Amino acid sequence: MTTAQLGDIREDGSATATRRKLVVIGNGMAGARTVEEILARGGGELFDITVFGDEPYGNYNRILLSGVLSGQSDATDIFINPLDWYADNDIELRAGARVNHVDREAHLVHADDGSCAPYDKLIVATGSRPFVPPIDGVMNGHGPRPGIFVFRTIDDCSAIAHYAQSCSRAAVIGGGLLGLEAARGLLSHGVEVHVVEAGPHLMGQQLDAQGGRILARTLREMGIGVHCGAATTAITGDDHVTGLTFKDGTHLACDMVVVAAGIRPNAELAAACGLDVERAVVVDDQMRTQDPDVYAVGECAQHRNMVYGLVAPLWEQAEVLADHITGTDLSAAYEGSKLATKLKVMGVELAVMGIKEPEHDDDEVLQFSEPQRGVYKTVILRDGRLVGATLLGDVSKVSYLTQLFDKGTPLPEDRLELMFDLGAPVAAVPVGALPDDTQICNCNGVSKGDIARCASGGALSVGAVMKATRAGTGCGSCKAQVEEIVTWAAGGDLVEDPSAHYYVPGVPFPKAELVEQIRRLDLRSASEVFDALAGGRDDPASKMGLTSLLRTIWGPDELGDERDARYINDRVHANIQRDGTFSVVPGISGGVTSADQLRRIADVADKYAVPMIKITGGQRIDLLGITKEDLPRVWKDLGMRSGHAYGKSFRTVKSCVGTDFCRFGVGDAISLGVEMEDRFKGLEAPAKLKLAVAGCPRNCSEAMVKDVGAVAVEGGRWEIYVGGAAGAHVRKGDVLCTVDSHEEVLQITGRFMQYYREHARWLERTYAFVPRIGLDELRAIVVDDRDGIAARLDAEMQRTIDEYVEPWQTEAAAPVTANQFAAPIAMSV
Amino acid sequence: MSSTESLVERSLGPIGQIPLGEGRAFHVADHHIAVFRLREGGLAATQADCPHRGGPLADGIVGQNSVVCPLHAQRFALATGLAEVGDCDISVYPCRIDAKGDIVVTIPA
Ligand code: SRM
Ligand SMILES: Cc1cc2nc3c(=O)[nH]c(=O)nc-3n(C[C@H](O)[C@H](O)[C@H](O)COP(=O)(O)OP(=O)(O)OC[C@H]3O[C@@H](n4cnc5c(N)ncnc54)[C@H](O)[C@@H]3O)c2cc1C
Ligand code: SF4
Ligand code: FES
Repeated sequence: MTTAQLGDIREDGSATATRRKLVVIGNGMAGARTVEEILARGGGELFDITVFGDEPYGNYNRILLSGVLSGQSDATDIFINPLDWYADNDIELRAGARVNHVDREAHLVHADDGSCAPYDKLIVATGSRPFVPPIDGVMNGHGPRPGIFVFRTIDDCSAIAHYAQSCSRAAVIGGGLLGLEAARGLLSHGVEVHVVEAGPHLMGQQLDAQGGRILARTLREMGIGVHCGAATTAITGDDHVTGLTFKDGTHLACDMVVVAAGIRPNAELAAACGLDVERAVVVDDQMRTQDPDVYAVGECAQHRNMVYGLVAPLWEQAEVLADHITGTDLSAAYEGSKLATKLKVMGVELAVMGIKEPEHDDDEVLQFSEPQRGVYKTVILRDGRLVGATLLGDVSKVSYLTQLFDKGTPLPEDRLELMFDLGAPVAAVPVGALPDDTQICNCNGVSKGDIARCASGGALSVGAVMKATRAGTGCGSCKAQVEEIVTWAAGGDLVEDPSAHYYVPGVPFPKAELVEQIRRLDLRSASEVFDALAGGRDDPASKMGLTSLLRTIWGPDELGDERDARYINDRVHANIQRDGTFSVVPGISGGVTSADQLRRIADVADKYAVPMIKITGGQRIDLLGITKEDLPRVWKDLGMRSGHAYGKSFRTVKSCVGTDFCRFGVGDAISLGVEMEDRFKGLEAPAKLKLAVAGCPRNCSEAMVKDVGAVAVEGGRWEIYVGGAAGAHVRKGDVLCTVDSHEEVLQITGRFMQYYREHARWLERTYAFVPRIGLDELRAIVVDDRDGIAARLDAEMQRTIDEYVEPWQTEAAAPVTANQFAAPIAMSV
Repeated sequence: MSSTESLVERSLGPIGQIPLGEGRAFHVADHHIAVFRLREGGLAATQADCPHRGGPLADGIVGQNSVVCPLHAQRFALATGLAEVGDCDISVYPCRIDAKGDIVVTIPA
């Protein structure tokens, strides 16, 4: 690296100082973001940067901590800048060093590890710490007693998670954002969770009473105890916690407590060195304290009487500070943040902006509440302008309202449009019309402008833009919007990435052409395809899709089967799990089992000490946590066929009890379900196929939201639904046709599935395929046989069914590859 | 591996233990190693556990001289261990087939 460009001799001969020294106290979200902004303005050439951080890590995204607490993410997943980043940018990070004294006279900071650092410019970014209210029995001298925790850092998460293992009931004191995040994290540790709030309702800072009640109801449905108006006066217990006592004398038993009762800015350090401190460190519009060499930013700063406790304002503060300290724009001014936030509380989406309750007599209030669905919306209007809004449970209108709120634009004639999409999506603001500075990703503070610039600057895919800007990588609630902006920004100017149309990324052909090439050149294996059509480049990400396609085209017998081109699930016929073990889901056609099958499953569970036996959402039974080497033995002992719950293939046919038992049944759903599953079991396809049969339109087996469903209607007829979904995507299926018999159901559904196998893109579920092709088109081909291919489709399906080989019993008896099911091979030394 | 460490060669037994194009995991003298038998010839050996969340790399799909972890699809160059997708690199070990047709891997003593 070159040094001291600024420190060279000036033209007039006077030597300037070498690079100036910048010291940052606090390596949290504000400190690190400010450093990033400074670097982005060429600050790396202006300053030697030293960052002190109390926590012994690089910099991480605090708002994702509840995911770490719940075990959903690893601590490493939430790092924003790992330690390498500091080294790469020549930043000296003193991680684990707490600054305990600032000598402003000498321009020196001292840390508790005995080190010190001189500065020309200093940034205080010390954030806040949890506030622990004076409750009897909380403290023992220096900190909270064992069993009592706060929730602010990675270390707090590990401590809570560890302690929770030995607990059965946890209480969280504080029903605000933090408390609820803590409660959510605790839920996954198998403890009963109670949230205790002194105020009259939850999230008093963001919600009014009714909103708070609806949220409480949603939480109770998740199994969380909610106690409002409960002021904790004491935590009882001697060497371990036994419970909480409330002001009204009542008691709640618990064996651990997380205190999340608010935060206090870490401003003592600044106060001790004589900086102005009120509630926090007082700064001007350039984020400077009264000392021109000292800035403050983030939760420890007080600006125009506001101290913020959310991340969005600090992104803006960091920009202004960086503009100013680097001299990029000395007139940059922070004028305070209009508080419009989008949060995810316990998975419930919440957006709030402006005031939460009317303040003037003539403020208009629109309110909608649907407690059953956990939805609550209020909008507050004054003089024809939006001054406040709260959206709970359904935030579909948030971009629109944020626009009205930020810009003060006039409101629509029909006020209901503020809350709902009426008819056509009139009210949706096209992304092109959003101002550049609209914040899209609140977790990472990324604006529309940042995303658009990155996309038009050549980042070719949504993924690349997300990676480069971090937009959408936090809670993920803005992903759809990010995609929209990337598409918009890429527009017609950028060449569309052609690989978007390839069947698999590494072979440059769309599906139809690829199939033609494979047939024409008689290619029988993935390697042959790569050699003939991809210049020999064997893209690993393309192998699974190619294998599936080759098997569909040639059938298993005619194929040069390359096991290594399969995904592990398809090599060992089981679904790999997070710890490298596998799950075993035997086929139980139509969900109909017997005492004998259940007994065998129970015996296997005992014999192999199966850690978890679970009834699945697909009407069958999952044995989870089986090691690879046990798989063949487990299959043999079960003596059942594979349920194919691991491949891109036909999975299940759920059924309901139908005419056999149900007083409403008009069709024999059980028999039909069993027949269908027996016929199509294991059928390979571009994506999963999940089916169901319902004995009447009450739809108890959810047939209307399956890839393929049959629903009995009056008169012994069956409606055939296709393209339904109720997974990551929810879509009601379309009625393809209505038929009179089981045979016809089998024939039409089989024909539809064959057409899907031939024409769907890799991993394209029917919920995307059906709308892409169009229902009328599908009906013309599959039902009316407009193209005269029905007989061929039927024959092809029949051939595939005839060629089916049950993999479990076959390969348990005769493994196909060396050490197919081996545990790691131990070599004696 | 730094050059000051002493290295030893260890035999892992016949090459037939690994099907063409796939990987298998081995435990040898405290080391957990994934060995891959490459379609274009030769072998590659890496640490067995993915640095992301411990996924079994031997169960990954190999192609273009890299391995893709089966759990979350991080991808590593087999020759160098460099992460092609992901933030953390992996260790790789020299590995060859000897005259008897046995796998021989070089690891720290
Ligand atoms: C076991 C089961 C959950 C349970 O305990 O009930 C399950 C478990 C998994 N599901 Fe599921 N799904 C299970 C029923 C469902 C259902 C309900 C159903 O089948 O009626 C759905 C909604 C229906 C649908 O698919 O539309 C469902 C929608 C998904 C999705 C979302 C698919 C989508 O595009 O919308 C995924 C992700 C994917 O496919 O990429 C998924 C993926 C997964 C995977 C395979 C994730 C993975 O790749 O490892 C899970 C395997 C866990 C493991 O460790 O073995 N699972 N999953 C259910 C097995 C059913 C069975 O007997 O085969
Ligand atoms: C669990 C949780 C969930 C949250 N969820 C959301 C959310 O969904 N949305 C949202 O907008 N906000 C959320 N927040 C708030 C958000 O995290 C904060 O607003 C943000 O982290 C503030 O950044 P900061 O840099 O000012 O403080 P911090 O991120 O706390 O950083 C301050 C750093 O300075 C260090 N430090 C302090 N004193 C010293 C010293 N003397 N010497 C050296 N180092 C020192 C601290 O150890 C800390 O690492 C959440 C917070 C928590 C804890
Ligand atoms: S919903 Fe399905 S994919 Fe998600 S954790 Fe549950 S089982 Fe796994
Ligand atoms: S464990 Fe390997 S990619 Fe996640």
